[in-house]
Amino acid sequence: MKTSLYTSLQRKIIGITLVVSFAPLIILAVTMYYQFAKTCKNKTEEQIEYRALAQAESVDLFLKERIAILSAMADTHTFNEMIDEENLSNIFNVMNSRAGAFVDLGVIDSAGMQRVYVGPYNLKGLNYYDQPWFADVMSKGVFLSDVYMGFRKLPHFIIAVRRNENNKSWILRATIDPNILEGIVRQAQIGSTGDAYLLSKEGIFQTNPRFKGLILSQSNLNTSLFGRRVTVVELENNEGRKLLYAGSWLKNSKWLLIINQEPAEMMQSLFAVRNVEITIIVFGFLAIIMTTIFTTHLAVSQLQQSDATMQELNAQLVQSDKLAAIGKMAAGVAHEINNPLNVILQKTGWMEDLLEEEDIKKSENLEEFQTSVQKIEEHVERARKVVHNMLGFARKMEPHLENVDINDTINQTITILENYARTNNIEIQADLSGKLPIIASDQAQLQQVFLNLLTNAIDAIGKEGLVEIKSRRLDSRICISIKDDGPGIPAEKQKNVFDPFFTTKETGKGTGLGLSVSYNIIEKMGGKIRLKSQVGKGTIFTVEVPIVAPERK
Amino acid sequence: MDKFKILVVDDETDFLETILARLKKRKLDATGVTNGEAAVDLLKNQLFDVVLLDVKMPGGMDGIEALREIKRIQPLVEVVLLTGHASIETSIEGMKQGAFDYLLKPMKLEELMSKMAEAFEKKSKHDKKIREAVIKDLTQQHGSTPSGE
Ligand SMILES: Nc1ncnc2c1ncn2[C@@H]1O[C@H](COP(=O)(O)OP(=O)(O)OP(=O)(O)O)[C@@H](O)[C@H]1O
Ligand SMILES: [Mg+2]
Ligand SMILES: [Mg+2]
Repeated sequence: MKTSLYTSLQRKIIGITLVVSFAPLIILAVTMYYQFAKTCKNKTEEQIEYRALAQAESVDLFLKERIAILSAMADTHTFNEMIDEENLSNIFNVMNSRAGAFVDLGVIDSAGMQRVYVGPYNLKGLNYYDQPWFADVMSKGVFLSDVYMGFRKLPHFIIAVRRNENNKSWILRATIDPNILEGIVRQAQIGSTGDAYLLSKEGIFQTNPRFKGLILSQSNLNTSLFGRRVTVVELENNEGRKLLYAGSWLKNSKWLLIINQEPAEMMQSLFAVRNVEITIIVFGFLAIIMTTIFTTHLAVSQLQQSDATMQELNAQLVQSDKLAAIGKMAAGVAHEINNPLNVILQKTGWMEDLLEEEDIKKSENLEEFQTSVQKIEEHVERARKVVHNMLGFARKMEPHLENVDINDTINQTITILENYARTNNIEIQADLSGKLPIIASDQAQLQQVFLNLLTNAIDAIGKEGLVEIKSRRLDSRICISIKDDGPGIPAEKQKNVFDPFFTTKETGKGTGLGLSVSYNIIEKMGGKIRLKSQVGKGTIFTVEVPIVAPERK
Repeated sequence: MDKFKILVVDDETDFLETILARLKKRKLDATGVTNGEAAVDLLKNQLFDVVLLDVKMPGGMDGIEALREIKRIQPLVEVVLLTGHASIETSIEGMKQGAFDYLLKPMKLEELMSKMAEAFEKKSKHDKKIREAVIKDLTQQHGSTPSGE
């Protein structure tokens, strides 16, 4: 019951400490993670936005260059020069060698008739008058088409410029290979999941995307989401994964360059940081848990120890209280008992006196009288001893201080008991330390204690056995132990043996005061008596007396 | 042992009677009274060598008070205290008031007799010294040997 109290206390302390120390750690970790994730996302968006813009600019530059070359050629040649097939072929070669990407080149007159054509097909003589772009270029001067299939069944787009010459207009038209455009656009794709492509205003792929979709097919991206020149949005793709899309309109506002990217790929560094964070936190948790358990265990066991000491002190207090109460009572009744005892003793003495007289000596019952009288005297003596021992508690017993040699005292006590022990076949062995100092103590009282303990040991053994008495110095104390190989004291009786009147001896043999008187004496000297016993093995009583240096004379 | 005069003071009459009988059987000159006042009265008229005085007596005078009175009337008489309870305080007080010693009840007659013998011996020595001193005094005053009566 008591131990469960300590464990629950320990659990409570550990719980509170862990909660208090974990909560801020977790809050800190979470906020740090989100803060970092936010900056990471911002950075990713910035990066993708920048790329989209830069790539759109390269596409713009590419187109601008093609248009510029085409315009330059138109401006520097007359219609008549142009319609010479050889001339045009030369021009086409120059254009491709300077800039490249031109698939074919043709000259169209104001009636929409392609008058000359250089390129892989035979398109000379085709009339473009009904093509919507023809009207467009005639009015605006420059035209850039979307990618389309047209006559050739290959995706392509055209650029055309108008030249006014002597009030007559003609058109120089070139086809551009969208693969080259695709090459430029694809430079913007990032990592293993990124994609980059061009979309028309209507959302038609103008270049092949890397994944899902083909040139000229409809993308499911809504181009109106991309309002400004560059816009970054986060959208779910068909598979439900979140993708970051950056869209940048080209200068001509016809095409939209799209770069997309799985944010996860860009956030590798974030995850690395997160993993480091988790590791640190896990180790931190472990360290905190271990320290907490260790320190609480330490604290609780210390508490337990001090509680135990307190309990021991309490028990001692109760014991000495009990003895004091007995003493008080004894003092009260001593007089009342000793006076009648005194009368009895004198009366028997008087009877003894009378038994000496001649006429009574002749009585046949003389012997009976004599033994009876003796018995009465014996029992008076027994009663006197009880009262006398009880009074031992009543006296303030300021120990009368003299120079005491503990070993001498032990030896004297052994001498007193030697005969008694020998008749019972009991050996008394003394193992006395030669290093004991002379102390200031009460020799008579110490002798009484040793006498009580040795008598108890001999009585416990009964017949045949060994009693060992040892003296040792322990720091500031002298330790005397008396060990016997008698029957031992059962655990449940061990706490009672110091109680006054506790005895297991036959009526008349023991008063049960020996140990309590000894306890009282040693306690008043500032010492201690302890016992250790095992049933069947024997008993050790240990007396500790503080070393008090004798006064110098 | 010289014959000496004993006074026993104890309120316990059974004890008093018996002890007197036993002392007398041993040819000792013993008298008994049962309280302090009676003892003091008696001592005013008779000389005693040893008084056995019970410390605890009910009513009137207790042992210590009686002791003080006795010592005032007959400073040379030796008093042995009898007590059923050997409280150090009482005994020390008794010694201060001039008691010879104390004995614990119950006590054997032999103990009592030897204690009385010691007390008597002390008193005899004391008596002798005083007599010598008085004789010396007288010699010096008269400048001659004292004349026998
Ligand atoms: N060495 C011992 N071995 C076994 N039991 C012991 C020993 N010492 C004491 N005891 C037990 O403790 C009891 C109390 O001992 P204590 O000395 O107080 O009284 P006692 O020996 O019975 O009587 P007394 O000492 O007055 O003659 C004993 O009766 C005995 O049962
Ligand atoms: Mg004993
Ligand atoms: Mg009395």
